[in-house]
Amino acid sequence: MSELIIKNGYVFDPVQGIKGDKKDICIKDGKIVDKVGSSAKVIDAKDKTVMAGAVEIHAHVAGPKVNLGRIYRPEDKLFSCTPTKGMERMGGGASIPTTFKTGYEYAKMGFAVAMEAAMPPLFSRHVHEEIRDTPIIDEGAFPVFGNNWFVLEYLKNQEIENTAAYCAWLLKVTKGYAIKVVNPGGTEAWGWGLNCLTVNDPVPYFDITPAEIVKGLIEANEYLGLPHSMHIHPNNLGNPGCYETTLDTMKIAQGIKPKNKFGREQVLHLTHTQFHSYGGTNWGDFESKAKEITDFVNKNKNITIDTGNVTLDETTTMTADGPFEHHLTGLNHLKWANCDVELETAAGVVPYIYSPSISVCAIQWAIGLEIALMMKDPMRCYITTDHPNAGPFTRYPRVYKWLMSEKARKAQIDSFKHKDKVLSQTVIGTLDREISLYELAQMTRAGPAKSLGLAAMCGGLKPGMDADVAIYNINPDKPVANPDDIEKAFSRCAAFIKSGVQVVSNGEIVNNGNKRTLWVNVKAKENPQVMRDINEKFVKYYSMTQANYEALGHHFVPNPYAIEVDATN
Amino acid sequence: MANEITVNLISGRTIQQGVAIESGKEKPSYRTACGIIEMDPADLKALGAWRNTNVKVTSAYGSVVVKAVEATQGPHPGVAFIPMGPWANSVVSDNTYSTGMPTFKGTPVKVEVAINEPVLLGVELVQKQCGVKVG
Amino acid sequence: MTKTITDVICPFCGTLCDDVEVVVSDDGKKLLEVANACVIGTEKFLHSQSADRVTKPRLRQEDGSWKTISYDEAADYTAKLLAKAKKPLMYGWSSTNCEAQSVGNEIAEVAKACCDNTAAVCHGTTLIAVQDIGLPTCTLGEVKNRADRVIFWGCNPAHAHPRHMSRYSIFPRGFFTGKGQMSRKLVVVDPRCTDTAKMADIHLQIEQGRDYELLNALRVALKGEWLPDTVAGIPAEKIREAADILKSGRFGIIFFGMGVTQSLSKNHNIDEAIALTKDLNEYTKYSIMPMRGHYNVTGSGEVFAWQFGFPYSVDLTRGFARYNPGDSSSIDLLCRGEVDAVFTIGSDPGAHFPISAVKAIAKVDSVCIDPHITPTSGVSKLHVPVAFNGVETGGNCYRMDNVPIDCRKVVDPPEGMMTDLDFLTMVCNRLKKLKGVA
Repeated sequence: MSELIIKNGYVFDPVQGIKGDKKDICIKDGKIVDKVGSSAKVIDAKDKTVMAGAVEIHAHVAGPKVNLGRIYRPEDKLFSCTPTKGMERMGGGASIPTTFKTGYEYAKMGFAVAMEAAMPPLFSRHVHEEIRDTPIIDEGAFPVFGNNWFVLEYLKNQEIENTAAYCAWLLKVTKGYAIKVVNPGGTEAWGWGLNCLTVNDPVPYFDITPAEIVKGLIEANEYLGLPHSMHIHPNNLGNPGCYETTLDTMKIAQGIKPKNKFGREQVLHLTHTQFHSYGGTNWGDFESKAKEITDFVNKNKNITIDTGNVTLDETTTMTADGPFEHHLTGLNHLKWANCDVELETAAGVVPYIYSPSISVCAIQWAIGLEIALMMKDPMRCYITTDHPNAGPFTRYPRVYKWLMSEKARKAQIDSFKHKDKVLSQTVIGTLDREISLYELAQMTRAGPAKSLGLAAMCGGLKPGMDADVAIYNINPDKPVANPDDIEKAFSRCAAFIKSGVQVVSNGEIVNNGNKRTLWVNVKAKENPQVMRDINEKFVKYYSMTQANYEALGHHFVPNPYAIEVDATN
Repeated sequence: MANEITVNLISGRTIQQGVAIESGKEKPSYRTACGIIEMDPADLKALGAWRNTNVKVTSAYGSVVVKAVEATQGPHPGVAFIPMGPWANSVVSDNTYSTGMPTFKGTPVKVEVAINEPVLLGVELVQKQCGVKVG
Repeated sequence: MTKTITDVICPFCGTLCDDVEVVVSDDGKKLLEVANACVIGTEKFLHSQSADRVTKPRLRQEDGSWKTISYDEAADYTAKLLAKAKKPLMYGWSSTNCEAQSVGNEIAEVAKACCDNTAAVCHGTTLIAVQDIGLPTCTLGEVKNRADRVIFWGCNPAHAHPRHMSRYSIFPRGFFTGKGQMSRKLVVVDPRCTDTAKMADIHLQIEQGRDYELLNALRVALKGEWLPDTVAGIPAEKIREAADILKSGRFGIIFFGMGVTQSLSKNHNIDEAIALTKDLNEYTKYSIMPMRGHYNVTGSGEVFAWQFGFPYSVDLTRGFARYNPGDSSSIDLLCRGEVDAVFTIGSDPGAHFPISAVKAIAKVDSVCIDPHITPTSGVSKLHVPVAFNGVETGGNCYRMDNVPIDCRKVVDPPEGMMTDLDFLTMVCNRLKKLKGVA
């Protein structure tokens, strides 16, 4: 295969500790190599920043609730349609882009991998169809486990081995990547219109608490030695005072050691932390508890987080936290969609406008940034918007701008209608830290890759790793004249190489690449009891046969990449 | 002299319609299943039509000859039912009122006895109305 | 000796039963028996074997007769038709699999066509209402396991979705509904005493076309406010009785169909039904679900949505997707004479569109892809028969509750017959060449 050499660029690679040195990056046969021959194609990165392709650890980009959002929001396509152009298929959607547009937009920003944050297992075929139709970027999907009837019953009886066997089976039949937990127990309660708002609220009928579910799934995850840790959206999302539930949830992870062969060092990944860092008792005295949350995570090194930054846009919220969405439509009276999924989970969708004129939205914006600025270890804090919940992923460059430029933050704060309230309810005004390019590489590449157990494969530029290389029009040697230049540079890379093939040139798609679907194939011990339980539930309770549930033929996942895990010890 | 009556026409699925479309819409079974109008006995009486004889159904949008049968899911006086298909669609409105959807349910129609007029087969009914030459 | 193929998915209606068993001959060539399917599904499987099938493409001649041509020539004809047309309509898609729908989308994008599916004459108005007000819904297994209140409004599953009640909505013994039918109360709203209504605990025999008023009255009754003596032909006491039954359940589901989507108030009916569902969620847990007709109309909507952003009536004529039912919808396009070529697949507008729209199809150049002889093939210029999807070829489909199930192939198609996926792929490649596209 072809050889490429990227010359003269300023390289930022936390995997090798390279902090802006001028270095050539050599590529051969889809991998980073030490050197290439003289006939290698040259890409000149003079005066430009070179990083590994970015890794999206949590976004809602493929699946039934994403598509429900597209279907019920034709207005999301107004003014955001892109026509067919060369090899680019037409696209549309500002907060919920169509699948082709999703792939192109991520690639144009230099993203190599994206993880679909929540896959309802019954709908795995839908998730994989959309992943297949998302060009260029590698993707994986996290099946949800925290409200699953099998999990609830096994954990009630403290049967970790059975839980682990079930998780291994489900990951295999859905070609899933990790154990995702959303509003543990609460979404099953939502099947009756109820919820679990603290870690100790018992789930109706199943009589197990969220704390027990969280602990059990962390233990099952480590029992199997999966590449990623249990990935959690805790109970009580979005309510003033919810930070206490977040702390209660994180405390469950204390003292548990990670067990895996992938270099992963955390046992719990807390997602879209911004939504879980609220103090106060109502929307009037609503305040930031980002300090309390980041203090805890700073001290407890077996936890990683992603931020969930609010971007101050009109967007669409969508989550498996069904009761939360019902609550949200009660607040903003915008159209509400919901789907409860038998034996497994639920989903809700509600549009949301994060207006800078509303003090709550401005405070939310501040909280997301506070979290990133107060986290001491950039390798354990990743930048996301929980796309599209807190904002579209296409706004990441704007978030980078706010993090890298105090001037940009101040300008935004000064423009707030309720600036004084934002300053009194948060500490954003006191934070002068500016994230460096190296730290940015940690928070968007090396860090998420390590957390996902993919450190050997992506997120860095070490020889042997995948040749995913992004080149940005930003010169680290020159001071940034205008913070908007940061946003501009990261919005459209000068060039992006994916698996050794140049897919983006000057912000335009030049090749559709050959995307892969990453999934985790666990070889687990035989467990006849679990298999019997599975058979029984399909016969009695599911509305589909087991054989059809397990059907995930080649046409759904044409280019699979399995991460093998041996859990038979 | 035969009467005519006005009824409210709806159309929709029946099991027989489902089976007939899978057997083939060119076949007589399709006409048997869908070239009919189910009418409440009170309406048949008012019309003065014998059960299982042909009637002509006319609306503002067209007309069609179908066999009048007694309602199988009645009583529903004033409402008549032609199973979905080309016979029903010969008389429904194409006005979608900007929704894209024609008003398949709720067309005022005039029904009159047409005992000697034939009910056409499905494909030929459509071809005839569209003026398609059949070789 | 025979072979039994299990877990077969029936490709007829939105119920998408997946427990069908098909017995085939030992050499796998003949389909002998079908078990567990309803009479319509059984007919679909068995008829695929009938000797009178059209097995080759045929082109209508000047004198009205058919001339048999090859698939190769048919693909050429179709590609040329689409390349030449200024505003072609590509309609149907509901009786084919998602893989074929996807290739069809690619063709439509290159051809700059209007594309639409059978929601246009079925649940299109539901989609409009959902876009206004949202949709609280669930999967059919939730109904099986939890529902103790079931409402069929303007639909007749006994005829249109024959196994729905036994598989999901009335009879099954689910996790929390161990008493089966005895666990549930059934309310049916229909102007006729349908075979479904005969099973109801309460049948509201509504004045046809007055669903909006009755839905609204139920919302009022829930709040205990004043009602007139009758609404939509139903006495106020009966409305209050129905409201109490709805409210007193712990998990209710409203299934609805053409009675509300196709009568005069159309999308406003559905709007009100969804509003009623939302109101009920103030007291207990309720969901609402459209009874989708064709077995993969839902799939067509999903594929259109994730690729173009809209679920039906998509206009690609300007090189990007636009959506405006009433303007970009098939029947309106045809009746306004705006379409200069029609491509139909997996549907039968000839039988199911108002005749004036069918006349418009007959006037222009057209291709009909369908294993059957239909009124559409009867007025089209080119008829291309293909393998029966779900019988002679597999592929993904979406059930009425949006759950994806991969249909199975149980027998080969007749010798020499193509699948629609393969034919569409041929057309796509030729069209791209004609248009000078990569």
